[in-house]
Amino acid sequence: MSSSSTPGPGLRYPSNKKTIYDRNLNRTKNAELSRAAFAYLFIEMISYAQRGAKDVGDLEQRLNNQGYPLGVRLLDLLLTRSANPLSSIRPTRILPLLQFIAQQLYRHLFGRPADALERSGSDAAQYMIFDNEPMVNTYISLPRELSSLNCAAFVAGIIEGVCDGAGFPTEGVSAHSVGEQEAEAAGAEGKKGAAMWPGKTVFLIKFKKEVLEREEILARGTSG
Amino acid sequence: MVVFALFIISKSGGLIYNREFHTGLNKLSSNDLLMVAGSFHGMHEITKQLCPNPPPPTIPSNTAPTPFAARATGLEVLETSQFRMQCFQTLTGVKFLLFTEPQQPNIDTILKKIYELYADFVMKNPFYTVEMPVRCEKFDRGLDGFVKVRG
Repeated sequence: MSSSSTPGPGLRYPSNKKTIYDRNLNRTKNAELSRAAFAYLFIEMISYAQRGAKDVGDLEQRLNNQGYPLGVRLLDLLLTRSANPLSSIRPTRILPLLQFIAQQLYRHLFGRPADALERSGSDAAQYMIFDNEPMVNTYISLPRELSSLNCAAFVAGIIEGVCDGAGFPTEGVSAHSVGEQEAEAAGAEGKKGAAMWPGKTVFLIKFKKEVLEREEILARGTSG
Repeated sequence: MVVFALFIISKSGGLIYNREFHTGLNKLSSNDLLMVAGSFHGMHEITKQLCPNPPPPTIPSNTAPTPFAARATGLEVLETSQFRMQCFQTLTGVKFLLFTEPQQPNIDTILKKIYELYADFVMKNPFYTVEMPVRCEKFDRGLDGFVKVRG
């Protein structure tokens, strides 16, 4: 083992946080990527997923699978990069995990936090993250025969990867469009501006039973 | 100021999009619309042949050469007492026809903005096939938002 003053062969690891793990490769002041470039790349990802997909569900699953490895890696990357050493421990409870997704992960990916975070009223294992206007869907208009598709399934895959990577196995994370339902509901109540967010999407996260059991034990531990 | 309608004609002369914003033009059957588009396309092609050779472009020596040869633009404006039709052709050969009132100002900017919307919501849509009729909800919405607000 060589000491830090005499770097030996192998990986050199600067202590002043200048590796690619600590900062983006693009270090300009506002490190932004071209939205158009992403849009064209995403087109190709969708047509790749469409090749051989049996139906809409299958297509969404394929998009989900494309996002999953991204999520697993992003979890580690964002935790390594966080400036506060206390927050670089992976989330161990459900709420901090969801906060991490809705805040840090969303900020890293889309430059803004998610729009809302809710727990399902009917199913305690289900949580919902709302996005009023998913960036990945900015330019996408669905044809009639695929109207039930939501391409944000890719983002759902990323979220699933983060949950799995943090040790919160899920039954699956899925993306659903709720803009129209909401417009209908608002229309029924006679409100104006019904289609305020026509592309509103909800990410449904359903955790596995053992996650909830652990959560309960942890909750007992802190309260008692 | 009134913008009546927008046609988009594909590279091969097919009408791939038509949209009426304000009433004012007589309604044509879809067959007639296709014919208008087709004839205009043909006329546009011929007028391109007709005009004299454009002068070679003067490119500053420090820029990269452009892959697009200088081309004659062909027919650009048709004007009647009731309306004015402006044509804008993109580098890839798609034509946008905008029907407006004869006094409408800034048609160039409107067409440029429409081209931008087309590039965003039609060309970046994974479910659109080139040369096929445009059925993109977000493009419609973007046009409405832009043209009607100005109108």
